[in-house]
Amino acid sequence: MIVDEKAAIDHGLKKVEFKKICDLLKRIPNITELGIFSAMWNEHCSYKSSRLHLKKLHTEGKKVIQGPGENAGIIDIGDEDAIVFKIESHNHPSFIEPYQGAATGVGGILRDIFTMGARPIANLNSLHFGSPQNKKTKNLLRGVVSGIGGYGNCIGVPTIGGQTCFDESYNGNILVNAMTLGLVNKNKIFYSKAAGTGKPVIYVGSKTGRDGIHGASMASAIFDDKIEEKKPTVQVGDPFTEKLLLEACLELMADKSIISIQDMGAAGLTSSSVEMASKGNLGIELDLNKVPCREEKMTPYEIMLSESQERMLIILENGQEEKAKKIFDKWNLDFAVIGKTTNSKKIEIYFDKKRVADIPIDFLSENAPLYDRKWKISKLPQKLKFNKESFKSLKIVDCLKKILESPNICNKKWIWEQYDHTVMADTIQKPGGDAGVVRVHKTNKAVAATVDSSASYCYSHPLSGGKQVVCESWRNLISVGAEPIAITNCLNFGNPEKEKNMSEFVECVQGINEACKFLHFPIVSGNVSFYNETKNTGIKPTPTIGGVGLIKDYKNMVTMDFKKKDNFVVVLGKTEGHLDQSIFAKDILGEKKGPPPEINLFNEKNIGKTLLQLINNKLIESAHDISLGGIIVAISKMCIKGNKGIKIGKFKGLINKFEYLFGEDQGRYIVEVNKDSLKKVTEILNKNSVHYDELGILTEKDIIIDERPILSVEELKKLYNSWLKKYMI
Amino acid sequence: MKSSVIIFPGSNCDRDMDVALNKYGFKNKMVWHNDAELPKSDLIVLPGGFSYGDYLRCGSIAAQSKIIKSVINFANSGGLVIGICNGFQILIETKLLPGALLRNKYLKFICKNVFVKINNFENKYFKNIKKNILELHIAHNDGNYFCSDNELKSIKDNNQIAINYCNKNGQISEEFNPNGSINNIAGLFNKNKNILGIMPHPERMIDSFLSGKDGSIFFENLINNLK
Amino acid sequence: MKIKVIVTLKNGVLDPQGKAIQQTLNGMGFSNVNEIRQGKYFDIEINEKEESKAKSKVDEMCKKLLSNMVIEDYKII
Repeated sequence: MIVDEKAAIDHGLKKVEFKKICDLLKRIPNITELGIFSAMWNEHCSYKSSRLHLKKLHTEGKKVIQGPGENAGIIDIGDEDAIVFKIESHNHPSFIEPYQGAATGVGGILRDIFTMGARPIANLNSLHFGSPQNKKTKNLLRGVVSGIGGYGNCIGVPTIGGQTCFDESYNGNILVNAMTLGLVNKNKIFYSKAAGTGKPVIYVGSKTGRDGIHGASMASAIFDDKIEEKKPTVQVGDPFTEKLLLEACLELMADKSIISIQDMGAAGLTSSSVEMASKGNLGIELDLNKVPCREEKMTPYEIMLSESQERMLIILENGQEEKAKKIFDKWNLDFAVIGKTTNSKKIEIYFDKKRVADIPIDFLSENAPLYDRKWKISKLPQKLKFNKESFKSLKIVDCLKKILESPNICNKKWIWEQYDHTVMADTIQKPGGDAGVVRVHKTNKAVAATVDSSASYCYSHPLSGGKQVVCESWRNLISVGAEPIAITNCLNFGNPEKEKNMSEFVECVQGINEACKFLHFPIVSGNVSFYNETKNTGIKPTPTIGGVGLIKDYKNMVTMDFKKKDNFVVVLGKTEGHLDQSIFAKDILGEKKGPPPEINLFNEKNIGKTLLQLINNKLIESAHDISLGGIIVAISKMCIKGNKGIKIGKFKGLINKFEYLFGEDQGRYIVEVNKDSLKKVTEILNKNSVHYDELGILTEKDIIIDERPILSVEELKKLYNSWLKKYMI
Repeated sequence: MKSSVIIFPGSNCDRDMDVALNKYGFKNKMVWHNDAELPKSDLIVLPGGFSYGDYLRCGSIAAQSKIIKSVINFANSGGLVIGICNGFQILIETKLLPGALLRNKYLKFICKNVFVKINNFENKYFKNIKKNILELHIAHNDGNYFCSDNELKSIKDNNQIAINYCNKNGQISEEFNPNGSINNIAGLFNKNKNILGIMPHPERMIDSFLSGKDGSIFFENLINNLK
Repeated sequence: MKIKVIVTLKNGVLDPQGKAIQQTLNGMGFSNVNEIRQGKYFDIEINEKEESKAKSKVDEMCKKLLSNMVIEDYKII
């Protein structure tokens, strides 16, 4: 096949990139080499549009064992235990084939975790779908949820949390971000850096077929009308094989025969071999005739670019091959020595005794394009002026009803009941709360995890939105009694070649960074997904934050269900009544403009730490952070889960009822305190200068505002539980 | 009391069973599906999971494993065998228990707490148990029990129904049936009542921080009955 | 030698998947589809020269593994 500029463009490369390849090699690449460059130089593998800005991320901390740059990030949780975690996107494949796209997304992230020697202990996922009125949404939702469950349930890892959001900006590009946490002994971590020359390179797992060839390029492509044609490039996953692979790898990792190990994900054999060699500053030689193939007559191009799932690449110590093979035979998996490490610092590929590719590793990694794309600072939108007229005709109860029934607030039980959330018998907080929590097996510790996003806030002012999402993650962890330790992020954006989208990216990242730095909540891993755009319409900027925290004694975990009648309910943090960009403003007033709520990082830190102190002193009966829908939606959820009502006392202050109840000011929590503890609690709050309002008292079943019962908890439950079930019939 | 939990490729509740059995006083061994012989045991457990990826039919391939011959011999000599979820499916495929387990009626995997009412107390599993309605946890795709009319008659005549799905008051009706099983059957005995297959997971209900504690009642009672 | 087998659900066994497929087809405009029963198809490549011997072996395979005799019927086609 002739390799020319057109072939390069067909492979997703730009003219200038093709020229650079030819200049570096001092010749025109052959087709196999072109394929390799196109895979390594596309956005998904090279991070060419984002690398410059990601370099500035706050990634360090006392508890960080491994930051970005490896298969996943790792944090120290004491007693030689460490948690390995990461979030990744599988957006484009899920739009094309929702079941397999979502399933293989889960498979891919699981491999990133166990490749480091960690047994996966929890999955989470963040899903963004188009408007419920869009004709594709229902089937996409059904397929994605089915796929996530189909894969995660089979492999036996509990899915303990997640989020599902709807917005028309995702009509043409849904987002499926999958996160996994794993447990490892901090002295037994495996890395992907190759070391030593003449070491055997081993292929294990499923045979290679023609799945997903150019999946990595597809991830970086914009969808147009020809989307059906892209179907063959979606990979098909087999969770049973992955389970066998997981057990076999963990068995082999019991001793020290593995030098380095990497899963074959995007761009399969190409990316794994190049990255391992690159990190180790070595070369690698592969004999493709040794690669187990399940299709006939596969070409070197196809073998190098195949994205067949459930495969790993291992560099083993010399002499350990027999022992390792026995383990993989036991688990009925393919095992083949396909090459060796060299000191050539090149990737040299042989097929039918001929050398079919010869590229210096640096050209593929170090010399990958690095772009400083145009962006500019966004202005903070002007605050809207809501006058008294806007609220005159409204009734609190009607507004609450509408919001509780809305797609973005309603109960997502229909979704998470399809996920096994209790396998491994350590789940102590299931989906539906502020964070999912699993015990650290055989210890008194527990790990909490949450996924959050705020696309509307980010869209209106990226810098504030970026800060806000991190704070939301922080608050969700604290609400269950966990000390926040670190985050992973999945940065989902539109086309970075457009200034507007690049600006959103840069400023969201800046905001995330600022918050992470201030809160000592570093970023240890992550993923960037660009080009989420169809026919020139891109998604709202959607950085998804996966936060992880530690509960030292799992018995101190807090849940959000209200516990006892006559207990006091207190709001921590000051309520100014910020309605711009709130769900109330959008759904009730039809107002989409205005800035997102301000973030005060000092308050976030102070109030969060104070609440954690209260929780650790066993002074808090239940807690929930205030987010979408403000105070009234937060307490409604707590009432629903606890089967209680609440009597809200007289409103103090100058803001009107709607602003008070529905405002989405940040840095606030609802806590339940019993009578005997109230004095101690308020003493500590005053000591730490935390503003608080005594909101009301718990009742048996009625929600009472202004002395009048407006709804019963049974009615609240009906509203909250209705929409999703009805929609999915 | 000695127990053995059999691990098939794709089993994933084996560790959970091991933890539960050890917690309540069993000396438990993990047995690989390809072993020829079972260790000396008072109780054999076929755990939950997705053995062989649920290929062909759930449990169908595991039922052909090397170790199954020993399990069948053990069961036929009166030994206690319990199959949980996928284990129940395997017992059905080996024909140690009658009937079939089909795809859930609503075609979705379902993971939640359910109540079950114990139907038969004349056996080593439920004799003297302190509660007759247990809150247990299900997590399955294919728990819809089915059998022919003749088989159902035989099952009832021999009092083989072990547990039925119900509400917290023990009321058995379609409303409380999570998967469409005939007669709300959640668990079944063989004729001699030494083999028990159940869809719910008692091993996930062994402390109040998990989904509940009624699983403890099941295990405590079982080991008491065996002693 | 290639032997083909079709495995179908026995009459009277509930087939919720078949029902879901039928409803979807109705929704797509194929309103005259009254019922669908879903089955399985096996293509078996067997190392046996005599057809009757091959079919007899496959028959045994069906009884022992490929078909669940409680709820399924099989046909060697």
